[in-house]
Amino acid sequence: MTTLDRTTATAPTPVTTGDRPVRRELGVANTLSHGFLLLWGLLTVLPLLWMFISSFKTNGEILADPWGLPGALRLDNWARAWTGAHIGRYFVNSLVVVAGSVSLTMLMGATAAYVFARYEFRGRQVVYYLFVGGLMFPVFLALVPLFFVVRNAGLFNSWLGLILVYAAYSLPFTVFFLTAFFRTLPTSVAEAAMVDGCGHFRLFFRVMLPMARPGLISVAIFNFLSHWNQFLLPQVLMQGDDSKWMLAQGLFALSVSQGYAGDYARLFAGLSIAVLPVLAVYVAFQRQVQTGLTAGQLK
Amino acid sequence: MKHGKWPLILTFLVPPVLLYVFFVVSPYLQAFQISTTDWLGYSADANPVGLANFKTLWHDDYVWNALKNNAILLGLVPVLTIILGLFFATMLAMGGRKGRAGVTGVRGGALYRTVYFFPQVLSVVIIALLWKEVYHPNQGLLTSAVHAVGLPAPTWLGDPATAFWCVLAVMVWSNVGFYVVLFGAAMSAVPKEIYEAVLLDGASRFTTLRRVTLPLLWDTVQVAWVYLAIFALDGFILVQLMTNGGPNFSTDVIGVRMYDTAFGSETKFGYASAIGVVMFFLTLSVAVLSLRIGRRERIEYS
Repeated sequence: MTTLDRTTATAPTPVTTGDRPVRRELGVANTLSHGFLLLWGLLTVLPLLWMFISSFKTNGEILADPWGLPGALRLDNWARAWTGAHIGRYFVNSLVVVAGSVSLTMLMGATAAYVFARYEFRGRQVVYYLFVGGLMFPVFLALVPLFFVVRNAGLFNSWLGLILVYAAYSLPFTVFFLTAFFRTLPTSVAEAAMVDGCGHFRLFFRVMLPMARPGLISVAIFNFLSHWNQFLLPQVLMQGDDSKWMLAQGLFALSVSQGYAGDYARLFAGLSIAVLPVLAVYVAFQRQVQTGLTAGQLK
Repeated sequence: MKHGKWPLILTFLVPPVLLYVFFVVSPYLQAFQISTTDWLGYSADANPVGLANFKTLWHDDYVWNALKNNAILLGLVPVLTIILGLFFATMLAMGGRKGRAGVTGVRGGALYRTVYFFPQVLSVVIIALLWKEVYHPNQGLLTSAVHAVGLPAPTWLGDPATAFWCVLAVMVWSNVGFYVVLFGAAMSAVPKEIYEAVLLDGASRFTTLRRVTLPLLWDTVQVAWVYLAIFALDGFILVQLMTNGGPNFSTDVIGVRMYDTAFGSETKFGYASAIGVVMFFLTLSVAVLSLRIGRRERIEYS
């Protein structure tokens, strides 16, 4: 099969491979594959690009020519979304809640996982499977009772309620992932530290936690994105007081009001405001985000 | 020197367990109990009615309609997503063939991966609202593109005949990139010699994908399958924000049905919980079934 062998050698540049039949076939395949890759890339980028471009257009321009470019960079659309539609406020609200919920999830998840991974005691398996079993249950099942649990605890329409609920529902995966991670860490370091007189708590905070950093980062990114993107829980637990809403709720309200007011530019600006920071974080921490999320997949 | 392990075990374990039992375990348990009551509203009494809710459910055409839509999603979204994901991952991993029978990634592969993966990072809310505008019957991106070619455009989400497929397309669109990266990572663990040997034997790309890549990646594909199946049984946010189940219930899914029953047009908490219980058993059986059916001999290469 030396002919095939040789054709593969020059195949990546399809333009120059049209002189021999076998080569041409592969060249076409290559152009095709590049074509498909590009097509999907365009399919991914185009809606987002369109959103950004439209956020600078007037409503008249959007209605007249959806594919056209804006006549000028109209930043007042962004201002209308940021202050008029309170997207700025919701943005900050989400930031506060997610900061709280991710910190709480990580603290509780890491401590519980550490105990499961490193300590032997009666009933350990039962408690561990109680946590991990939560992975099988859809949030939907708990929705109605959760609503009343939160309301009876006086946490309805409160950020603290959201923070606690987010953290509680993230524990199964966080505990599962981090327990596995703590188990992979070498025991010799811990033993050496114990011999040197290091207490249990100090050992955890000064030795084990720093060693578990890669795992902690992955699972923190995973949790950050899932909390930031949460819609169902705030929709149910944060129904009243729209000054406390999360960003997702604000965007939804913006979309609903757009239906009446016809202010498309403001909606696109609002969506762009929500996308930009995510895009920035993604570009900066691309590798960690991808490994964090794909690790999350393999639960 | 050893202070005993119990202070640490208790301080580390008790707060998470309390939080978890209070907000997760107890609602799940209550859900089963509530599903056997006729609880109607915020303050009304809840009387035990046994399995009456489940009987009503069995004869509820709206629920069946929603389940039918979930079933179609279950049949198509995982297959389409996995095929596209495998296809692009293969292209990226082996698209460029340089050197003597060497197998190399396509040029710009990293950039493609970055772009493809991005929708996964976006909130489903943003995806739903953005695509709702893309599908807008007047000034949507898609409508004007079709008009530009000189064809009459459908009303997309406004037409019961097309709305469901439009939502399905967005589901696939938002998931493919993730699986390209996931499969790509799994492929990079496969020794290159295997592919080089296959190429030397003159196998076509399709054969390579079907006979070599797929069996080697089977574990990952199976995980993807389970996850996408669970996704297909949900689909709540996309549907609620894009169509709210309409027009004429053509895009309704079981999650929307449940939400609507409890927090939307009605407050039938007992009945909604019964739908939740059904969803739980459906999800569980789909997950178990896909793992059972998909079980194969694990291939180890070292």
